[in-house]
Amino acid sequence: MSMTATAGRAHADPHHIGLVVEHPGPASKRIVTAYGFWVFLLSDIVMFSCFFAAYAVLSGQTAGGPSGSEIFEQRNVAIETVCLLLSSFTCGMASIAADVRNRFWFYLGMTVTCVLGLIFLTIEFREFADLVARGYGPSRSAFLTSFFSLVGCHGLHVSAGVLWLLTMMAQVFAKGFRADVLRRMMCFALFWHALDIVWVGVFSVVYLLGSAV
Amino acid sequence: MSDQMHVRTGHDLAPGEEEQHSVGERVLGYVVGLGLALVLTATSFFIAGTDLVWQPSIPVALIVLAIAQMGVHLVFFLHITTGPDNTNNVLALAFGLLVVFLVVGGTVWIMGHLNANMPPMDQIMPMRK
Repeated sequence: MSMTATAGRAHADPHHIGLVVEHPGPASKRIVTAYGFWVFLLSDIVMFSCFFAAYAVLSGQTAGGPSGSEIFEQRNVAIETVCLLLSSFTCGMASIAADVRNRFWFYLGMTVTCVLGLIFLTIEFREFADLVARGYGPSRSAFLTSFFSLVGCHGLHVSAGVLWLLTMMAQVFAKGFRADVLRRMMCFALFWHALDIVWVGVFSVVYLLGSAV
Repeated sequence: MSDQMHVRTGHDLAPGEEEQHSVGERVLGYVVGLGLALVLTATSFFIAGTDLVWQPSIPVALIVLAIAQMGVHLVFFLHITTGPDNTNNVLALAFGLLVVFLVVGGTVWIMGHLNANMPPMDQIMPMRK
């Protein structure tokens, strides 16, 4: 009898960390959903790492075209970075508001996040349009191809994130803070924070290292 | 104490989920994260444009600052910790990082050697004729 009890305890505490949970059962849907989305985000980051690797290899192959230091504007990048950082913060505020079911702070946080995301996208789009207008489009050199695909891919993710953000606001407006809406909100917050992590890599590797070389 | 532990660790934590905290503590966590991230970002932009430091150290400094900032984001915004209720999330992250380092490190390593061992383009063109 005591043997089985010990075996059961060992099973409940496989790493001997002193926290015994008797028959916890399957994880809740909230955990399963968020964990699955976390794995997706990691695979997304792996995909971005391929674009980063391509950029690292091709950043010197300018084919007579402009190099990074000639086309990057530090000031714009700094504004974009601050926008994304602050939007990550307000997104966190909105998810706290969703957890405590406070509509006013939720809408406020999401609206500010949306505006900051749109400012980011506007600056990035104008930068791209300006480069293409000067004849430095993605077909000019291997460096510009890798630059446009990496930064453009991140921009597409942010665009998708803004659309998702608007649908989250609409869902809370129409359905309230239901359990399934809260799960989607948690996934959205994860997505938005992960985009910010990718942007840290982009501004460090592409813009700052790229203009240093 | 031990009763509390039982309640708290009834389940793992989902990624992005914090342990039970009051709203004030959670907001404070985000504020600290935002402050650290802003300081690291400002340092990056300052380091990139300055000539106060030894120039060859700048790329290394930028990469270290970027990794530090990613760590800040993971801890304060995504709430990935080393707690026992976070084991699955950390394991998934570790595997993701392994793949990222294999892809980026392997590519840079191999392509760097290829570049170093390849004759310049004007010598290759006559060979292809």
